[in-house]
Amino acid sequence: MTMRARHVRLWLGELRESVFMSLHAIAVHKLRSTLTLLGVLIGVFSIIVVSTAMRVLEQNVERNLSQLGGSTFAVQKFPPVQFGNRRDWEKYWRRKDITLEQGKVVEEKATLAGAVGVEGRFWSGRVRTIYAKTGPAVALFGETPGSFAAHGWEIADGRILTTPDLDERAAVCVLGAALAKTIFPFGSAVGQPVKLNGIPYNVVGVLAPQGKSLGGLGDNFALIPLTTGLGRYGLRWSGLSILVEARSAIGYADCMEQVRDVLRGVRHVLPGQADDFEIFSNDTLIGQFKSFTLAVRIGVAVVSSLALLAAGVGIMNIMLVSVTERTREIGVRRAIGARKRNIAVQFIIEAIVLCEIGGAFGTLLGVAGGNILAWRMKLPPALPLGGIVLAVILCSVVGTIFGTYPALKAANLDPIESLRYE
Amino acid sequence: MSLIRLENITRCYQMGEETIHALRGVSLEIERGEYVAIMGPSGSGKSTLMNLIGCLDTPSSGGYELNGARVSEMDDNELAAIRNREIGFVFQTFNLLARLNALRNVELPLVYAGVPSGERRRLAREALAQVGLADRLRHRPNQLSGGQRQRVAIARALVNRPAILLADEPTGNLDSKTGEEIMALFVELWRNGNTIIIVTHEEDVARRARRVIRLRDGGIAGDDRHKPASGERAVITPVAQT
Ligand SMILES: Nc1ncnc2c1ncn2[C@@H]1O[C@H](COP(=O)(O)OP(=O)(O)OP(=O)(O)O)[C@@H](O)[C@H]1O
Ligand SMILES: [Mg+2]
Repeated sequence: MTMRARHVRLWLGELRESVFMSLHAIAVHKLRSTLTLLGVLIGVFSIIVVSTAMRVLEQNVERNLSQLGGSTFAVQKFPPVQFGNRRDWEKYWRRKDITLEQGKVVEEKATLAGAVGVEGRFWSGRVRTIYAKTGPAVALFGETPGSFAAHGWEIADGRILTTPDLDERAAVCVLGAALAKTIFPFGSAVGQPVKLNGIPYNVVGVLAPQGKSLGGLGDNFALIPLTTGLGRYGLRWSGLSILVEARSAIGYADCMEQVRDVLRGVRHVLPGQADDFEIFSNDTLIGQFKSFTLAVRIGVAVVSSLALLAAGVGIMNIMLVSVTERTREIGVRRAIGARKRNIAVQFIIEAIVLCEIGGAFGTLLGVAGGNILAWRMKLPPALPLGGIVLAVILCSVVGTIFGTYPALKAANLDPIESLRYE
Repeated sequence: MSLIRLENITRCYQMGEETIHALRGVSLEIERGEYVAIMGPSGSGKSTLMNLIGCLDTPSSGGYELNGARVSEMDDNELAAIRNREIGFVFQTFNLLARLNALRNVELPLVYAGVPSGERRRLAREALAQVGLADRLRHRPNQLSGGQRQRVAIARALVNRPAILLADEPTGNLDSKTGEEIMALFVELWRNGNTIIIVTHEEDVARRARRVIRLRDGGIAGDDRHKPASGERAVITPVAQT
């Protein structure tokens, strides 16, 4: 066998032995170990619970992002993602609703706009045809003709919703590609009847699949004329959105200003007063989310480093007690051939194992805690892999840093003195 | 060549102002396959001498050669390796690790020698069988009698097939009958070719040895070779035990 292989084997054997011994030591001193683990647990929990929650929110933001094209912005009564406090909420609620008429005014007056659409989301529900039935998570939107261009939606089959559809409040719908495929697996959907939450509609068009949907609705939605929807269903709390696509990328900012002026006029906002609506694009969304997450991340970093620092000091104390208690064991090990290094490694590994166990519990609780948010917000659950890797590394670092002093103390004990220790 | 060669060894302890001379110029040779008893009044330096021979301690002055290697000039790591390979310690207080069962206690020196676990287990079983504890492998020290604990300790000392077995008052914590059994085991191990050095206070324990070294005040006061009362071995052959 080569020297190298022998070394590796020696090392692995030692590692296994140390892990075994430390698990043993931890099991023997349950109460003491639990108290020590608590610090690590809290530190890791705060990291994981927040990164899980962030991941959940991120998915939510991505879902919103996928709704807007590159040169499109939207106007809404509420900001698309709320991180604010209660006072902000009340401010948003008191604002006047955005109406279809205001959308029409924007369409007439905003000369820099290429396309203007008005959109409202009604519900998520079940879609049924004679062939198939979907799960209860298909989104239903009301749209105007301009929405298609503003979203960058292209028609694969049939036609888009038209002004006559809106005027007549026609019971027609356009399906997202994925939805069409689910409920009409055998042929074209166009001209077929469907039931959206029990109410019959006729399919007039199917959208082309949207290449990379950023983890959003994944083409699993149906579109009806906005007027039809407003007559039949209540809007969700977020109200209507006006979608505006700028005529050109260069004119984007100007177009946004123009739309802002038009809306201030039509909504009677006095000069000097703040807007009573929100304008946002993908960029502003990302920016808002970034600044929010940065603040939270800094907060968590502070809290968790304090917790881990406290935990580290706790670990060091426990390890020092452990070294004293096991002085004789250290003497025996030295007498039968353990080097200083062997003893040091054993105690450092014990500290790391202790930390990792605390970290594992913290991670489990953190993932569970973070996903409560997902559950409450009806968002899909998330697993923050980056956070978990970070936690594992942090635990090892804390264990190594705070285990080193006790380990060196143990390694440098005089073997004869230790053997005589009562 | 002698297995052990001590040349004018001294060992002093500094206690504040006072210097305690635990050993004052001990010279000694011990051959492979010898059975040596070290006797002497309390405080005469027996344990100090054993610790030096066992490479747990280094002399203040003088030279020590073990198996041809100059131990007195070795560093801490080299000494640890020598203890692991060449020395088997048996203590008065057994010094087993309470949390490990007999098998794992006996395996411990092999862990530090880097023996793979399967081989380790096999050698540890063998050593325990040799001391008559083949049926107590999974017992923890607190589930064993004093005599059985000392047997486990002897198995641990033997498992690396060391050049010397060092025992500092191995029967000190045992009743006389159990002590007898342990001494009989040492004789048996010696017959199988082991080199054994035992510190004892009891004359009848010493009588079993072929050589008795008497210490007084840190110096050698007597070194008698005699025929043991029983168990004379026809030829001293360093046969490797199995
Ligand atoms: N670490 C130490 N510091 C100071 N003095 C020591 C130390 N170890 C031993 N001594 C002294 O060295 C002398 C020899 O001690 P040693 O332990 O070798 O005696 P011993 O012959 O084994 O005695 P006993 O039969 O009681 O075990 C004693 O006077 C003791 O006090
Ligand atoms: Mg002594």
